[in-house]
Amino acid sequence: MFEYFYKYGSPRHFYDLSKLFVPWLGGICVILFIAGLTGGLVLAPPDYQQGESFRIIYVHVPSAWMSLFIYMVMAAAGATGLIWKVKVADALARASAPLGASFTFLALVTGSLWGKPMWGTWWVWDARLTSELILLFLYLGYIALQTAIDDRRTAARAGAILALVGVINIPIIHYSVEWWHTLHQGPTITKLDAPSIHISMLVPLLIMALAFMFYYAAVVLLRARYEILENERNSAWVCELIEQRKG
Amino acid sequence: MNTQTTNHVFLAILRRDLMIGLRQRSELVNPLVFFFIIVTLFALALGPYEETLRQSAPAVIWVAALLASTLSLDTMFHSDLDDGCLEQFLLSHHSLTIIVMAKITAHWLLTSAPLIVAALFLGLMVYLPQTAMLPLLATLLLGTPVLSLVGAVLVALTVGLRGSGVLLTLLILPLYIPVLIFSVATVDNAAKGLAITGELYFLGAILVLAATLAPLATTSSLRIRLG
Repeated sequence: MFEYFYKYGSPRHFYDLSKLFVPWLGGICVILFIAGLTGGLVLAPPDYQQGESFRIIYVHVPSAWMSLFIYMVMAAAGATGLIWKVKVADALARASAPLGASFTFLALVTGSLWGKPMWGTWWVWDARLTSELILLFLYLGYIALQTAIDDRRTAARAGAILALVGVINIPIIHYSVEWWHTLHQGPTITKLDAPSIHISMLVPLLIMALAFMFYYAAVVLLRARYEILENERNSAWVCELIEQRKG
Repeated sequence: MNTQTTNHVFLAILRRDLMIGLRQRSELVNPLVFFFIIVTLFALALGPYEETLRQSAPAVIWVAALLASTLSLDTMFHSDLDDGCLEQFLLSHHSLTIIVMAKITAHWLLTSAPLIVAALFLGLMVYLPQTAMLPLLATLLLGTPVLSLVGAVLVALTVGLRGSGVLLTLLILPLYIPVLIFSVATVDNAAKGLAITGELYFLGAILVLAATLAPLATTSSLRIRLG
């Protein structure tokens, strides 16, 4: 099994194989986006309390999900790279970080935009918003560490350790922030996802979540391809590729 | 490797680091002065009102302690890297984890222990109630080792990098958040006369977790950086 894994996990195979995947993933992503946005922005009825402004959840909630999911992917890929020395995993982890940071930022911005009409203020020290902000700091720290270390192999392994430390800390941070929030503030109406959401609102949300997932898959593969080209720039197959392009 | 050698290595490194640390007095005193200055800045910014200061006392002391401990972290492996000792540690046939644990212990004794004593004086200066003094001491005793332990992992990751000081601060402060939250909550509750055992248990649990995992993570970080 490992032989198989190593063969198709080699940078070269990954480079060739991912080329086939990216257009498909991108295409599915576009279709899902169109379906999800029509469902969410046109077909779903306005919320009885929040009116039209609830529709921002179709961007906000999937971004928030992705922000956490990508950190997990980053840590898992980092661990894979660290333990089994899979170069593709290193490239995937490195390629994921800016995407994760962007989704976290998007979740914060959309949350803030939604908060202004709903809570009457741009920012609330709500437990989830605060956790999300700290997650953004963790992503930025990871990116800063990656850029500070010149040797890409060392950078990948150091990043893997940092991501693993982060993964252990995320639940601790999350629960301590939640706990801090209950201590310091009285109950505010902070529940974004109503306990029961109508099916006509839920389906577009799930489609959007899938669309975000496919977007991530397509872009991370694309970015990982460039990472691999840069990591392997001295290897024979990349030189060959360049020669071919020069034609 | 038997227990005796392990103990011997641990004590030898500990003694060596303590001796070096005690001979470089400025490195000992600087974080302490920094600690005092931050609290003074807070007092100046908040105003000389007893009520305001009393209310923010736990937060002020703990934020100052966090920053002072972060500032002093940078020195943990720095001189060892410069004079080549770190490479020798890596090549040594003794367990690197034991060496790392000794170094962390020495660092904590040199930088955080004076801070804990100083915090009691600062507590008086910012009008922390008498009932909260002992809880403050307890949170510092449980919390500052976590700072040194978690800090060690990130120091090992950034040792010898250009601009490592700011980078280290950026990486480490988000990870200190749980310690900050539970410690400030403990002291706050104690000042209000509420129960604090729950928060102290949380701090203790975090300390146990950090003490178990951080030395191993530090070891692999060092191996990666100098590998």
